[in-house]
Amino acid sequence: MGTQLDSAKSVFRLGLFRDFPTLMHYRDFGGYQALAKALAGSPEAVIGDIGAAGLRGRGGAAFPTAAKLQMVRDNPPGERYVICNADEGEPGTFKDRFIMTHIPFQLLEGMTIAAYAVGAAQGFIYIRHEYPEAQETMRRAIAAARAAGLLGGDILGSGFSFDIEIFSGAGSYLCGEETALLSSIEGKKGRPRLKPPYPTQSGLWGRPTLINNVETLANIPPIVDRGPDWYRALGTADSHGTKLISLSGDVVRRGLYEVPFGTTFREIIGNCGGGVRQGRLKAVNIGGASGVVVPPWELDCPLEYSACGQHGITIGSGAVFVMDDSRSILENVRNRVDFFLHESCGKCTPCREGLRQAGRIIHRLLAGNAVLADIDNLERYTRTMQNAAFCGLGQAAGNSLISSLKYFRGEYEAMCRDRGEAAPKEATA
Amino acid sequence: MSTQRQSVKDIVTAPAAGQAALLQALLAVQDASPENYVSEEAVNEIAHLLGISRSRVYSTASFYSVISLKPRGRHIVRVCINAPCENAGKQAVLAALEQELGVGLGCTTPDGRFTLEGVSCLGACYMSPAIKIDNQLYGDLTAEAAVAIIRRCREEENIGHTA
Repeated sequence: MGTQLDSAKSVFRLGLFRDFPTLMHYRDFGGYQALAKALAGSPEAVIGDIGAAGLRGRGGAAFPTAAKLQMVRDNPPGERYVICNADEGEPGTFKDRFIMTHIPFQLLEGMTIAAYAVGAAQGFIYIRHEYPEAQETMRRAIAAARAAGLLGGDILGSGFSFDIEIFSGAGSYLCGEETALLSSIEGKKGRPRLKPPYPTQSGLWGRPTLINNVETLANIPPIVDRGPDWYRALGTADSHGTKLISLSGDVVRRGLYEVPFGTTFREIIGNCGGGVRQGRLKAVNIGGASGVVVPPWELDCPLEYSACGQHGITIGSGAVFVMDDSRSILENVRNRVDFFLHESCGKCTPCREGLRQAGRIIHRLLAGNAVLADIDNLERYTRTMQNAAFCGLGQAAGNSLISSLKYFRGEYEAMCRDRGEAAPKEATA
Repeated sequence: MSTQRQSVKDIVTAPAAGQAALLQALLAVQDASPENYVSEEAVNEIAHLLGISRSRVYSTASFYSVISLKPRGRHIVRVCINAPCENAGKQAVLAALEQELGVGLGCTTPDGRFTLEGVSCLGACYMSPAIKIDNQLYGDLTAEAAVAIIRRCREEENIGHTA
């Protein structure tokens, strides 16, 4: 699946590890050199390298990874944890699953280096229930790493000890939110907690906790091994390294692609995906269900944090879902709203009730029973969700609605009973 | 999925359960149940063994969509209902499954073999539409292919029973 970057310019070298998730194979290609190098130096040097590389979180929030590591490290001495967030629930995203099933050791090595940097002895990988094959591969990889002295007590004779446990999710999208994930491991409902305190200070069982996405942690070994200069040269002046793109929808070649930052969305769809399968390109959903829906003329925007920010594009998890001109924007937005309504934890009113009302209006539009005033209400409810929802997931739930209203308002209006009338008035039918 | 019956006590007190016990215990108890659910007796026993209230166990169990408090079929057929699968023909696949199984979403076949459920993204959007039967993923499906998979499941189970 997918094509590969030249391995000298690739963080993941997907082509090398197609079907061989063995430790020997990983080490043959330089695996675990980074861990040896990290353990020979200081934890501060590791954080320094990651900071100089400019690595930012790949789960969607793009928080600078070195800063997070430093925050956890700076806590008073005591127990602390490293958690890998592998609750990849963002619809349209499959990069973390691929990392776990194909390059599990790169993830384990990255977690171990991160644990060394923050001074943690215990790690967890929270893997969603929908990925039993990833749970199985990671369990086998952990056992192999332990047997080779790469996990457990006194790793590589350094005196540093670290071990990892797998934790299975149970079908809740919300548990991808870091504080909901913590509650879930603690055996509670997966509902978000108030921040601050941030998990870096008070996380799992109240202890300082580093939580990072799978892709973020898997970026660490190549940075430590090949150095921050090599890593910075891969991207642009603004965004460093590469990004995994989960490409799906109406393209010739769906699949997972690793692209350097700076690649435009048009290039991703054309060069990686081979263009639209049939018909013409109508819209692209970027960043998954919590991402935005944009028209073709926005696709020359480069995949880059600052440029995407200016264009109102959320890179999110790196999901790119392509729709041709046979697709209905409204049907796709309905799918998103139904999804979020199902996944909302119900804790806060803007998300719980906002989504319910948004769902009613969308279904009314699709049934041909809506009026133009409904669209204004829809926009109002969505803005309320974006501004007032308790957690990031509720805030992001409205992204596809707002962006589709911005670019495709005509499709909404065309579904209204009172379209074309000078002023909206009470319908008689 | 384990077809072997394991006592709730064995699961909850297994060393692997560790500190993070409740949700993992619920999942393991459910996996060990031939009817793919967590019974009232199991809830009582988990609460007793972990030293927490039953309402705490129910609070967690009822929050997660994977955990069922009602008996289900021996095999869970999960159909991805998200946009990439929806656009790739999920509706036809779902309709074919409903017809073949004779039940709608959320229901169990009268013979107790299959429960049909919707699921949020299986991470298989590169081969949508996708479904999962127990732990096995199937992608690039058509209505015919989905029906053939169900029939093969039935045959394999029949062979298993007579062997």
